Amino acid sequence: MTFLAKPKVRHPSLPKNSLGLTRRDYEGSMSTLCAGCGHDSITAAVIEACWGLALEPQNLVKLSGIGCSSKTTAYFVGGGHGFNSVHGRMPSIAMGANAANRDLTYIGVSGDGDTLSIGLGQFCHAIRRNLNMLYIIENNGVYGLTKGQFSASADVGTQAKRGEVNRQPPIDPVLLALTLGAPFVARSFSGDKQQLVPLIQAGIRHRGFAMIDVLSPCVTFNDHEGSTKSYAYAREHYDPAVNADFVPFAREITADYSAGESLPIVMHDGSRIVLKKIAPDYDPTDRIAAMAKIQAGMRRQEFLTGMLYLGRGDREFHDLNEMPQTPLNAIPYGQLTPGSKGLDKILARFR
Amino acid sequence: MEPTNTGHPDYFHKVVDCQWACPAHTDVPEYIRLIAQGRFTDAYLVNRKSNVFPGILGRVCDRPCEPACRRTRVEEKPVAICRLKRVAADQRDDVTPLLPKVPQLKNGKRIACVGAGCASLTVANDLLPLGYEITMFEQWGQAGGLMRTNIPSFRLPAQVLNEEIAMIVDRGVDLQLGARIESMQKLLSDGGFDAVFVGTGAPKGKELDLPGRKEGTANIHVGIDWLESLAFGHVDSIGKRVLIIGVGNTAMDCCRSSLRLGAADVKVMARKPRQYFKASAWELEDAEEERVEIVVNHSPRRFVLENGRLTGMVFDVLEYELDAAGRITSERVLREEFIAADDVILAIGQENAFPWIERDLGIEFDVWDVPKVDVKTFQSTRAGVFFGGDSAFGPKNIIWAVEHGHQAAISIHNHCQGKALDVRLAPGVNLQSRKMGMHEWSYANDYNPAERRLMPHVSLKERFKKIDIEVELGFTAEQVVAEVQRCLNCDVQTVFAAKLCIECDACIDICPVDCLTMTPNGTETELRGRLKAPATNLTQALYVSEPLKFTQRVMVKDEDLCVHCGLCAERCPTAAWDMQKSTIQWPHAVDGTEADQKAQPRVA
Ligand SMILES: Cc1cc2nc3c(=O)[nH]c(=O)nc-3n(C[C@H](O)[C@H](O)[C@H](O)COP(=O)(O)OP(=O)(O)OC[C@H]3O[C@@H](n4cnc5c(N)ncnc54)[C@H](O)[C@@H]3O)c2cc1C
Ligand SMILES: Cc1ncc(C[n+]2csc(CCOP(=O)(O)OP(=O)(O)O)c2C)c(N)n1
Ligand code: SF4
Ligand code: SF4
Ligand code: SF4
Ligand SMILES: [Mg+2]
Repeated sequence: MTFLAKPKVRHPSLPKNSLGLTRRDYEGSMSTLCAGCGHDSITAAVIEACWGLALEPQNLVKLSGIGCSSKTTAYFVGGGHGFNSVHGRMPSIAMGANAANRDLTYIGVSGDGDTLSIGLGQFCHAIRRNLNMLYIIENNGVYGLTKGQFSASADVGTQAKRGEVNRQPPIDPVLLALTLGAPFVARSFSGDKQQLVPLIQAGIRHRGFAMIDVLSPCVTFNDHEGSTKSYAYAREHYDPAVNADFVPFAREITADYSAGESLPIVMHDGSRIVLKKIAPDYDPTDRIAAMAKIQAGMRRQEFLTGMLYLGRGDREFHDLNEMPQTPLNAIPYGQLTPGSKGLDKILARFR
Repeated sequence: MEPTNTGHPDYFHKVVDCQWACPAHTDVPEYIRLIAQGRFTDAYLVNRKSNVFPGILGRVCDRPCEPACRRTRVEEKPVAICRLKRVAADQRDDVTPLLPKVPQLKNGKRIACVGAGCASLTVANDLLPLGYEITMFEQWGQAGGLMRTNIPSFRLPAQVLNEEIAMIVDRGVDLQLGARIESMQKLLSDGGFDAVFVGTGAPKGKELDLPGRKEGTANIHVGIDWLESLAFGHVDSIGKRVLIIGVGNTAMDCCRSSLRLGAADVKVMARKPRQYFKASAWELEDAEEERVEIVVNHSPRRFVLENGRLTGMVFDVLEYELDAAGRITSERVLREEFIAADDVILAIGQENAFPWIERDLGIEFDVWDVPKVDVKTFQSTRAGVFFGGDSAFGPKNIIWAVEHGHQAAISIHNHCQGKALDVRLAPGVNLQSRKMGMHEWSYANDYNPAERRLMPHVSLKERFKKIDIEVELGFTAEQVVAEVQRCLNCDVQTVFAAKLCIECDACIDICPVDCLTMTPNGTETELRGRLKAPATNLTQALYVSEPLKFTQRVMVKDEDLCVHCGLCAERCPTAAWDMQKSTIQWPHAVDGTEADQKAQPRVA
């Protein structure tokens, strides 16, 4: 960490978005993470993405559990709402908040420990319910905050800083999410903002559950030789399969996408995600094929990244439960509850 | 691009914008930090080494450093560099025991300095410690040149001037006052000098030959002569209504002096619109604060006399057409206008004049009758005769005259030792880490958003009571504390070691002004366009690293807006960035030549 807060002074030519805000206006409080932590880069990518989408800070909800990764919600969009939940319980809080006010934008930030160890059950059910949120896993293979124990994403054979070797097989959040039917599944690396920022933007705009698993090296406990989650290992085994460009509704597609190599997908609000295939035979719209490719890559120790799967037209939690368009918290109390007479009527149906 | 050669002495020097802009290359951030620590004497000596007259320059320097100050690029106003120099001078202890020692045993070489202005005094300052015997000839009864005769004492008190001149003269200059040199030929043949330095300034005020000039001469004055008469007490009054012709710095001193002699209505008449004024912005402000009226677009036509006495002047009122870039494309006369006046002061420029230098001595003059002087060595076309200050290339300012003096002293030293004049020591740079611990630096790296402090002035009521009341009071202690923190420490450089970088992005993300980018290498134009914030200020360099080990990208830093906060270095997990103080070695005569340095290695 640094002891000095990043000063307010800024580049005079910093561009402004349609709200008249600069990227600096989307920062949060000073990071207390270790210098060089991948999580800080992801924070910077989230800031860039939110600025680019011209999100109104007061319409953003930032949710997290416990861990170094979970601390980062304090470091972006200081003007948003935040909730630091109990370890592994962020999906429940997101669920409740989202159920009460469907009009806000929900970003959850979690770690591999928070999601895949203690919070695995919660994570799975959030996917099943197709909660409308962006769920970022800052994946470093260890419990950073508690001094570097292996987490559930540590690969077999990976070595801890002190030398012990992990023997338990990892849980891969991407394969798990695909199995459970997640409509938006991506993987990226904290050191590649060019890939990560549009993925975050697409994930925010996507309707339904969007998950991005971001490899995010822990410089302090898992950046040594023998680790499969170090900067060096990531750079060497990093293999972009499909990159995404996010094109907001108002903007024309100007870049030249050669046919077959790129696929524009229109989102519910009219914005588009243009998928750019890097691996020629990868089809990001075929769930089963994608899973096979990802698994095959893993066997070769290749770490496929990008927009790995994007389904179409999925119905999110509110659709599945036939919820009203008006957020529950905006519906007058009298209308929201049946009243004692109404309750009697309902109960009578079961008598 | 090729990796930046930061070992080149100019690279980091240019990053210290003020030091690069200062003709004498004063280590500004270093002395500001010393002031911040309350080490006023040390701050004074850092100044004196480069600019010789910190007390004087802390008041009246033309301050080319301030418009160059990096602070103007991240906020509105530069650091008050000049005012802080005055703080060091005002608060210092006696420095005489700390000045370079002048040897008892002389080296046997005798140097003549003609004129006792700042250029000659600098030559003496630099050559005394090397054992030279200096004889200085001055036509007036006091040393100081225009600093004495033209810069009014309400801007530069005599005591400050006396002290700093004494620091040189009292260390063994043979100062001959009232000794105007009338013949260079005689000086060269009879003086027995090994070298002659001409520091006689540009003593001739420009004339304005318009109808009525001769007839009205009793009330028409040449600015620099008039100021000189005032300085020597030959003038003590002026009419109620005064017109100053011209709007340079001399005009500013003339108008403000007039007010102190009893003028009530003083107008400065300018030919052109305000953006073309030669006077420094702060001098204009100070004059206007004293209710001097500045009249633009008036071009003088003729003096008007009644019964042989000046009553005013007629001007053409002009109108200009400007192009998009603000350049004048055409002008036209709208009408004539008469403006009443009791006295007119001409302040339209100065020229060199050398009636005392015979033209058959091998000292060549060009078509404008200006001596041909080498821009690096300051030697004329006659070996052993040197020029410097205003006498070399026309009127400039004190700090330029000082730097000319430094360079001429190096040449004179070489000349007297029989060395070629162009065998000069090259500038150098030393780098030293400022890291003290995990997040500790031996400089205050936090960016301070304080705004520039305003110089307090003696009230308008008080200041006119006597001619020599210094208007500027100097900063208060509180102002000093705030102002020193505005300095961005541009000499504490970001130094990058590519082989340590693990490409984690931490520095990129933390930099408050977005000056860092990791990107594939390219041409300078390509790189400038693809940085995190486009680098559009072409006067500022890009710092390009060796290829990075994982991706072969390069780390590029746009030097333009870096506030030297050190956050990149604090955030870097591998110490690939470090903050290192650059000390620029700008050689002076005492440093000798490269050969001397090799013989006697100096520890920096
Ligand atoms: C009104 C006015 C205001 C100024 N204000 C500023 C200011 O605020 N800040 C700034 O930086 N600069 C200012 N300047 C400019 C600055 O004063 C000069 O650039 C500087 O003094 C030049 O120094 P010098 O040593 O070359 O010559 P000078 O200072 O001109 O000194 C030359 C000396 O040589 C003597 N001399 C000349 N001929 C002979 C001879 N034949 N024999 C013996 N002695 C001789 C003269 O009497 C004089 O003392 C101002 C100039 C003027 C006219
Ligand atoms: C209920 C509960 N159990 C255990 C802990 C201790 N604990 C704090 S953070 C953490 C692991 C965090 O790992 P991860 O989510 O990967 O975050 P990282 O620090 O690696 O970013 C654990 C086990 C806790 N805070 N609460
Ligand atoms: S312990 Fe690891 S994960 Fe936690 S802040 Fe430090 S580097 Fe980041
Ligand atoms: S010192 Fe480093 S972080 Fe600070 S402004 Fe300069 S480059 Fe940016
Ligand atoms: S913080 Fe250090 S290691 Fe990380 S990218 Fe910057 S220079 Fe490289
Ligand atoms: Mg973790």
